[in-house]
Amino acid sequence: MGGIPHDHYEPKSGFEKWLHKRLPIVGLAYDTLMIPTPKNLNWMWIWGIVLAFTLVLQIITGIVLAMHYTPNVNMAFQSVEHIMRDVNYGWLLRYLHMNGASLFFIAVYLHIFRGLYYGSYKAPREVTWIIGMLIYLAMMATGFLGYVLPWGQMSFWGATVITGLFGAVPGVGESIQAWLLGGPAVDNATLNRFFSLHYLLPFVIVALVALHIWAFHTTGNSNPSGVEVRRGSKAEAEKDTLPFWPYFVIKDLYALVVVLIVFAAVVGFMPNYLGHPDNYKMADPLVTPAHIVPEWYYLPFYAILRAFTAEVWVVQFASLITGGIVDAKFFGVVAMFGSIFVMALVPWLDTSRVRSGRYRPAFRFFFWLLAFDFMFLMWLGAMPAEEPYASLALLGSAYWFGYFLVILPLLGLFERPQATPETIEADFDSHYPPKSAE
Amino acid sequence: MFKKTLLSAVVALGLGGNAFAAGDAGHIEDIAFSFEGVFGKYDQHQVQRGLQVYTEVCSACHGLNLVAYRNLSDEGGVTLPVDQVKAYAAQFETFDPELDDYRPAIPSDYFGSSNDENAPDLSLMAKARAGFHGPYGSGINQLFRGMGGPEYIVAILNGYTGEEKEQAGTILYENTAFPGGWISMAPPLFDEAVEFEPAHDNDVHHLSEDVATFLMWAAEPKLMDRKKAGLVAVIFLTFMAVMLYLTNKKLWAKAKRKD
Ligand code: HEC
Ligand code: HEM
Repeated sequence: MGGIPHDHYEPKSGFEKWLHKRLPIVGLAYDTLMIPTPKNLNWMWIWGIVLAFTLVLQIITGIVLAMHYTPNVNMAFQSVEHIMRDVNYGWLLRYLHMNGASLFFIAVYLHIFRGLYYGSYKAPREVTWIIGMLIYLAMMATGFLGYVLPWGQMSFWGATVITGLFGAVPGVGESIQAWLLGGPAVDNATLNRFFSLHYLLPFVIVALVALHIWAFHTTGNSNPSGVEVRRGSKAEAEKDTLPFWPYFVIKDLYALVVVLIVFAAVVGFMPNYLGHPDNYKMADPLVTPAHIVPEWYYLPFYAILRAFTAEVWVVQFASLITGGIVDAKFFGVVAMFGSIFVMALVPWLDTSRVRSGRYRPAFRFFFWLLAFDFMFLMWLGAMPAEEPYASLALLGSAYWFGYFLVILPLLGLFERPQATPETIEADFDSHYPPKSAE
Repeated sequence: MFKKTLLSAVVALGLGGNAFAAGDAGHIEDIAFSFEGVFGKYDQHQVQRGLQVYTEVCSACHGLNLVAYRNLSDEGGVTLPVDQVKAYAAQFETFDPELDDYRPAIPSDYFGSSNDENAPDLSLMAKARAGFHGPYGSGINQLFRGMGGPEYIVAILNGYTGEEKEQAGTILYENTAFPGGWISMAPPLFDEAVEFEPAHDNDVHHLSEDVATFLMWAAEPKLMDRKKAGLVAVIFLTFMAVMLYLTNKKLWAKAKRKD
């Protein structure tokens, strides 16, 4: 698999040699498991494992739930309650799946912000980053589709609002919306296709994760120092790395179990904390809830969507130069998808030669402001669309775009980074000094 | 450094609990129900009293579509003996499509829908409302007080001010807990509305806590199983974490020159 020099699998027995010539699958597993990994990885490098675990958890609980679930507007809500009340351990499956989605998103946000802080996205890991962004988009889609399935009030109205976004596209919008919904409004056809797609997409994510792992196994992991593993020889590489098994497997498992303690406590003691009470009311197309709020993990982007109202001058300007084709609604949709798009472009927007934020004091300030901005937008996304929240959301959105489009490109030119360590070994040794021979 | 991020994640959890439910609900008191907290359990006597309040008062208007009479004998809730459940069910008539007629209910039948079409079904009421939303709409206080569904029910039943007004032919009653302030449900409870056997406090406040407990059970019948499983899982995972911590420490000791 290219990359860092290391020992490869040698088939020993006759059968192993026979198989290896025909299908080198044992070799692939061996190389994947024994991959040389920078020995200075810190605890922010554990979220990948948490993500992988959660994906499997969602798939397993999801498949069993699907055995008892009925995708029909008259039965979906009751079938979920049937799972909660009559299916053996159905309540456990459902609460695991429901909260598993939140765990998935907490992990992915920490994983993404880890990447943003340590510059993991920079060359040569741009492809890993882009695939990660595709995974994230697929996760958002899966989460949205899944939330519609219990057919509660928020399921229904969330689906109505979000598919309505596509209706904002000038000209073809309404046709796209009707095509997505399978009719003029959210109804049985919508529920059926959403169920089908909610079952499909996680397997697309599995394939993307395989590519993601393949990509960063080719370039090697990044690490907190941002310095690359030396690849001149195997001996040199071994000074910077340790094999994934057992060192990182055990470390990651330990971290995973600690995360799962919190997860088990949430599922066991407050499984509805992250949900919305309105989703325990069956969908009713005639009763609009007072506030339609998406799930927490969409809130920052929902805030950006709503920030660009018709009163904002950029929106008015866009409307003017396009002769009214771009209205506030469409502008908001573009801003929302744009906010993720600029994040995907970050490998080319960040001009600094230094990879890790650890050695970039000025960058660090703006990075933490971005992290704060993200939380701030999350809070705003849950607030009603009125003042002062609307103006604050505009401010938050402006910083989001400013960070990626202005600050990162300029910062690389003007800031003065600190000295980075020569090697990963040197970084590691500064934390764990070699014993002086006394 | 990333400790800060972890902290943000914790706050994110808080923000997630956005029970920014319908309207601006009025003031709702926190109540220390027996089923709250890590070791929470339904107080069987209280759930049984609540069933009685529901049966004698609320069921006149409200249904419990998702609850079957047989559920009354399930462990971890009302838990009546099977013969009592049979007797309880037999008091009610249910429509049997096969007979095309009404017949006395049996345990496998459901409580059925609301008699008053304006009265919502109560099966999930205790989970379909949140009592607590703050601070600043973040929902963080639900971490400490719970979602507040049962508290909301108690607050509704105790929130009548006595004011009435007529609007489009319906009488509305002023209620401090109801979003908007005016509810179309006439005050259903009054002191001593229900007599318990053996005797038990039956002022409005006690009756409403009893019925809120019953409705919590109706909404979350597996709550006790869930908390037990949660506790076992947390203990087991903590044990695993300690073992893995020690393994990891030993494994890395040489590399980190700590052996
Ligand atoms: C006379 C009929 C009647 C009786 C008896 C009655 N209710 Fe109601 N209840 C209603 C109606 C009608 C509504 C709808 C009120 C509205 O939306 O304005 C309602 C609404 C409610 C609500 C929902 C409030 C909300 O947030 O939407 C709760 C909770 C409730 N009742 C609990 C009870 C309980 C508990 C009892 C028994 C102690 C009870 N009710 C007895 C008629 C009744
Ligand atoms: C289902 C979702 C995902 C899974 C299962 C997953 C899995 C992994 C794993 C196991 C690693 C190894 C390193 C580690 O443990 O941190 C990794 C690395 C990486 N991931 Fe992901 N990932 C997912 C989503 C994402 C997303 C959304 C992004 C953001 C764009 C992303 C960006 C990266 C980058 C840049 C690396 C390599 C950099 C490094 O090792 O520093 N990943 N991923």
